[in-house]
Amino acid sequence: MPSTKSLLVQVHDVNVQFQQHIALQNVSLTVERGEIITLIGPNGAGKSTLVRVVLGLLKPQTGHVFRQNGIRIGYMPQRLSINPVLPLTVARFLNLGNAKKNAILQQMLEEVGAANVLKRPIQNISGGEMQRVLLARALLRSPDLLVLDEPIQGVDITGQYELYELIAQIRKQRGCGILMVSHDLHLVMSATDYVICLNQGICCSGHPETVTQHPAYLKLFGARAAQDLAIYTHHHNKDIKNG
Amino acid sequence: MDDFLWRALMGGFGIALVVGPLGCFIVWRRMAYFGETLAHSALLGIALGFWIDLKFTLDLTLNTLVIQATLAVCIGLALLLVILQAQNRLATDTLLGILAHSALSLGLVTLAFLQSEGLRISLDAYLFGDLLAVTQSDLYWIYGGGGLILLSLGFIWQSLLSITIHEELAQVEGIPVTWIRLAFMLIVALVIAIAMKIIGILLITSLLIIPAATARRFAHTPEQMAIFASLIGCIAVALGLYMSWHWDTPTGPSVVLAASLLFILTFK
Repeated sequence: MPSTKSLLVQVHDVNVQFQQHIALQNVSLTVERGEIITLIGPNGAGKSTLVRVVLGLLKPQTGHVFRQNGIRIGYMPQRLSINPVLPLTVARFLNLGNAKKNAILQQMLEEVGAANVLKRPIQNISGGEMQRVLLARALLRSPDLLVLDEPIQGVDITGQYELYELIAQIRKQRGCGILMVSHDLHLVMSATDYVICLNQGICCSGHPETVTQHPAYLKLFGARAAQDLAIYTHHHNKDIKNG
Repeated sequence: MDDFLWRALMGGFGIALVVGPLGCFIVWRRMAYFGETLAHSALLGIALGFWIDLKFTLDLTLNTLVIQATLAVCIGLALLLVILQAQNRLATDTLLGILAHSALSLGLVTLAFLQSEGLRISLDAYLFGDLLAVTQSDLYWIYGGGGLILLSLGFIWQSLLSITIHEELAQVEGIPVTWIRLAFMLIVALVIAIAMKIIGILLITSLLIIPAATARRFAHTPEQMAIFASLIGCIAVALGLYMSWHWDTPTGPSVVLAASLLFILTFK
C-alpha cells in the first residue's frame, strides 16, 4: 500500500462509456511522488481518456478519483496547433501558464533543450521544439505531478532519446510524479518504473521487463515488438524503483 | 460640422473601438459563424421590440426597447447553443445554421404579422445600418455598453487567450473555462445589440472580422493586434462616412467597403 504522504493521484475502479462505446473498464491507477508510470496500448485503447480522468477533465460514470489536496499538475497535451492569425511569441505562450520573467523562461527553455525559441512566433517553431516548449510550460508551474500525453510526438530519433533522458532527469531532480502516455515502446522502457498496458481495461502491468514477457502484452503487440524491446531494456535504471 | 454628422462619427468610432479587440477573438477562436448567427437572430429581437412597443405602454423609447429585446434574444440564443452543444450528434456549425435561420425567419414572420396590424416600419436601417441617424440615446448605449464590454473583455483577457490556445490545458491550469466562454458569448451578444443600428445586422460580422484580419500583419502581440484593429475600424468608419456623405451611399455598406479596401491595400 502506498503511504498517504507520497500519494499524488489514485484512480480506483473507473468506468467510462461514450454512448455505446466502452472507453475504460474497471481501471485503477496510482501515481506517487518520484515515480514514472507509463501508459501503453494500441490506438483507441483509452489512454487519453484515462489521462483526462486523472486530470479531472472527465468525470467517470463509476469509480473514484482521488487527488491529493493542493497538488499542482503540469500537463503536456498531445498536440497543439495554434491559429496562425494569433500573433504569439513562445515567451508569451509560456507566460500564459504562469507569469515569469524572461530570464526564468529562457533558463527553463535551455533546460528542456530549446534555447533559441523564446522570442520566435510560436507557429514558426518545429514540431520537436513545440514539444519542448510544452514541457517547459508544464515545468514552469513547479508541478507535483507531471502528465505527459505522447511527449515525443514529432520529435526525431535523437531528440526522442534526449527527451526521455530529460524526463528521467526531471524526476530525479524534482521528485515529482510522472504519468506518461506512449504508444512507442522501445525508448520509453528505459525511463519508466512501472508500465500499464491498457486496452479498455488494464491487460497487464508491472515493471517494464515483466510486462514485455506477459502473454497479454505479447498478444496485443506481437512477439516481434517484444524481441525488439529486449535490446533496450538494459538501459533501465534499477536503482529507482516504484514505491 | 453638422450635429448629426458629428454624432455619426462619434457613434462609428465608439463601435469601431469596441469591435476591434472583440473581433480579434472572433477571428482567433474561429467564431465568425457564431457572430453571424447572433446577428441574424437580432432580427427576432427587433420584431419583439416593435411588438412590445405596439401592445404595451411602457415608459421606454422604441429605441431602448429594441436594443433590450435584441440583447435578450441574443443572450437566449447563446445559452441555447451552449445547452445544445452538450450533445455530440450535431456539430456546432450545423446547430448554428439551424438557430440562425430559424430565428431570422421567426423574426420576419413576426414582423409580417405586425405589419398586417398596421405597423409601418422600414427595416433598412436595421439590416444595413444608418450611421447618419444616430441619436443621443444611441450614443449613450454605444459608450455605456461599449465601455462595459471593453472593461469585461480586459478583465477576462488572459484567461480567454489561454482557452483560445488550448481549452484543456487552460482548465488544468485552473481557469474556469465554462464561465469564461459564457462571459465571452454574452459580450458578443451585447456588441451585436448596440452595433446593429449603426452597421446593420447583415454587416456586423464583417466589422468584427475585416479590421482584425487587416491588423494581423502589423501586430506582434495579441494586444497590438487588438489596438490596430480598433484604429483600422475607426479609419474605415471615417472613410465610409465620407463616401456616404459625398455620394449618398448607404453608410453601413460604405464603412464595410472602406474596411475591405484597407484590407486589400495592406494585403501582401
